[in-house]
Amino acid sequence: MSLAVEQTGAPRQLPMGRLLVYGTVGLIALALLFAPFLFPDVRSQEVAARICVFIVLAASFDLLIGYTGIVSFAHTMFFGLGAYGTAIALKQFGASFTSIALGGGAGVLAALVLAALIGLLSLRVKAIFFAMVTLAAASVMLVLASQLSEFTGGEDGLTYSIPRLFSPATELIADAEGKAVKLFGVALNGKIALYYFVFSSSLALFAVMLRIVASPLGRVLKAIRENEMRAEAIGYRVVGYRTAVFCIAAVIAALAGILRAVWLKYTGPEVALSFDIMIDILLIVVIGGMGTMWGAVIGVVLMTLASYYLKDLMALGAEATASIPLLPDLLNPDRWLLWLGVGFILLVYFFPSGLVGTLMDRDARAGK
Amino acid sequence: MSSAASLTSEHLGISFGGHKAVDDVSCAFHAGELTVVVGPNGAGKTTWFNLISGQLTPTTGRILLGDREITRLSPSARAKAGIGRAFQLTNLFPRLTVLENVRLAVQAREGQGPRLFVKASALSHLTDEAMSYLEAARLGAVAHLPAAALPHGDQRKLEVALLLAMEPKIFMFDEPTAGMSLDEAPVILELIGEIKKDTSRTVLLVEHKMDVVRALADRIVVLHNGQLVADGAPADVMKLELVREIYLGTGAEEVA
Ligand SMILES: Nc1ncnc2c1ncn2[C@@H]1O[C@H](COP(=O)(O)OP(=O)(O)OP(=O)(O)O)[C@@H](O)[C@H]1O
Ligand SMILES: [Mg+2]
Repeated sequence: MSLAVEQTGAPRQLPMGRLLVYGTVGLIALALLFAPFLFPDVRSQEVAARICVFIVLAASFDLLIGYTGIVSFAHTMFFGLGAYGTAIALKQFGASFTSIALGGGAGVLAALVLAALIGLLSLRVKAIFFAMVTLAAASVMLVLASQLSEFTGGEDGLTYSIPRLFSPATELIADAEGKAVKLFGVALNGKIALYYFVFSSSLALFAVMLRIVASPLGRVLKAIRENEMRAEAIGYRVVGYRTAVFCIAAVIAALAGILRAVWLKYTGPEVALSFDIMIDILLIVVIGGMGTMWGAVIGVVLMTLASYYLKDLMALGAEATASIPLLPDLLNPDRWLLWLGVGFILLVYFFPSGLVGTLMDRDARAGK
Repeated sequence: MSSAASLTSEHLGISFGGHKAVDDVSCAFHAGELTVVVGPNGAGKTTWFNLISGQLTPTTGRILLGDREITRLSPSARAKAGIGRAFQLTNLFPRLTVLENVRLAVQAREGQGPRLFVKASALSHLTDEAMSYLEAARLGAVAHLPAAALPHGDQRKLEVALLLAMEPKIFMFDEPTAGMSLDEAPVILELIGEIKKDTSRTVLLVEHKMDVVRALADRIVVLHNGQLVADGAPADVMKLELVREIYLGTGAEEVA
């Protein structure tokens, strides 16, 4: 009882952690919304589009690992199914929206069926066996993708064209001379249309996931993560819920795969199926904070910026410190992975529940 | 009670590697009746409860809820059919708030779990209902703390509040006051007394405390080495030598 008194008696503190998280996410959202105008160079465009798609991919993985406590290594497999479905259709049937819809649709359907099968067959067993099953499935898919090279292009992957609307040569609004109208010095061409296609689709998918975690279903998922046995005992069919969320996450990952395939105009094991991506999203979710959704956003941005710009930053650092012994060697861009590793260890040490998780926990402890 | 049984344990049994933890236990329970299950440590009380609420599947026998056989149903299906269970070892959702713990039970009973595109926070009647169970268990003031942050006594109360929120036909309490201080236990006993007043309900209670048994029991069932060795009115059962041994704390000599 004394606790309650203390709580109402204490002056209400500002939830700093929460503000920091929402502020950062807001900035990221703004940056992504205006990315084509803020960062018009090709590389930045690629970074922004990758961030959009990976937020969806990592957040859907967070539905599994963070919200429900399901450990799966098959998430990039579902991503790959969406990407390859789209890529094969664009290659075989030509660059049209129909190809994207048909191929992407087939990929999503395949992901759904496969997820339902894996889920029903093996979500009853211990978590470790389930993780093994997903690992096996993902390995088989990787082998298939390289063996069926007639369709998938094998290790080289597939290069294809995308609908004309998305081509840089397409003017969205033409001026009197037939050139694309410029806004803030950026030509409104098909590339911009493509970026906003990726951006708005990603935003919609992320919104769907936010809705899911705030729904009655979202509550059940957390209950299963916290205490599966009690969730079952109060009347929730745990296997059913687990299978359902596994399917939902698989479908969302496959949809993200479609976006990736359309944006890149290339699909191969490296960009759509490899275990490197799996490890990436695992790290993203751990760094950002499991079971928070916002953690996926912040984690993806950090990881992506680090993997694209850390080398550049280090090259600058090495130059600036050229006159000092040792430092330029340490900052040699070839050592970027080392520094990335050091960064991870520090983050995990100082933010044991991930960035978002730890910041929000701090609020909760401060008596929010 | 002459009415049809609300719950029947028919020749129920389970063995763990040759050791018969529950051995051919037959017993029928009736609505409006509170049965206290007693027996020394390791007698098989909790295991018997696990068979009835579905955490374990029996190797022999059947379980009937009314006339319906439920022997092969999953725990969640049994919960939906009206069997509610509180656990001996506190078994909560530790990082969720006290309110959320109970709300989950309310939401499960109302079948709202699978809803995907409704905002949970918009379903305020779930919250209101959950709060009323928390008030009943004297936990209203700590509703917004994580369950893990509660002291042991409050966790036991929450364990009971979860069971209340299920509104089952069959209430199963497994040592609800275990480890509670003397001034906290009465809250739980009052709650069980309240439950008993509704004669459509069947209550099973594992309890060691003599005064509790006296105050609440309509009937006492004694388990010993997995077997049902006595069953009857409290006054009769209390007289038995074995029961005296158990209650004097000398019943733990046998290790079968
Ligand atoms: N899952 C299991 N595997 C193996 N043995 C078990 C298992 N569950 C229970 N037992 C054994 O079954 C017997 C009965 O245990 P149970 O927990 O049902 O006793 P209890 O009457 O509830 O005792 P207590 O008063 O200590 O709670 C014990 O010998 C126990 O070791
Ligand atoms: Mg027990």
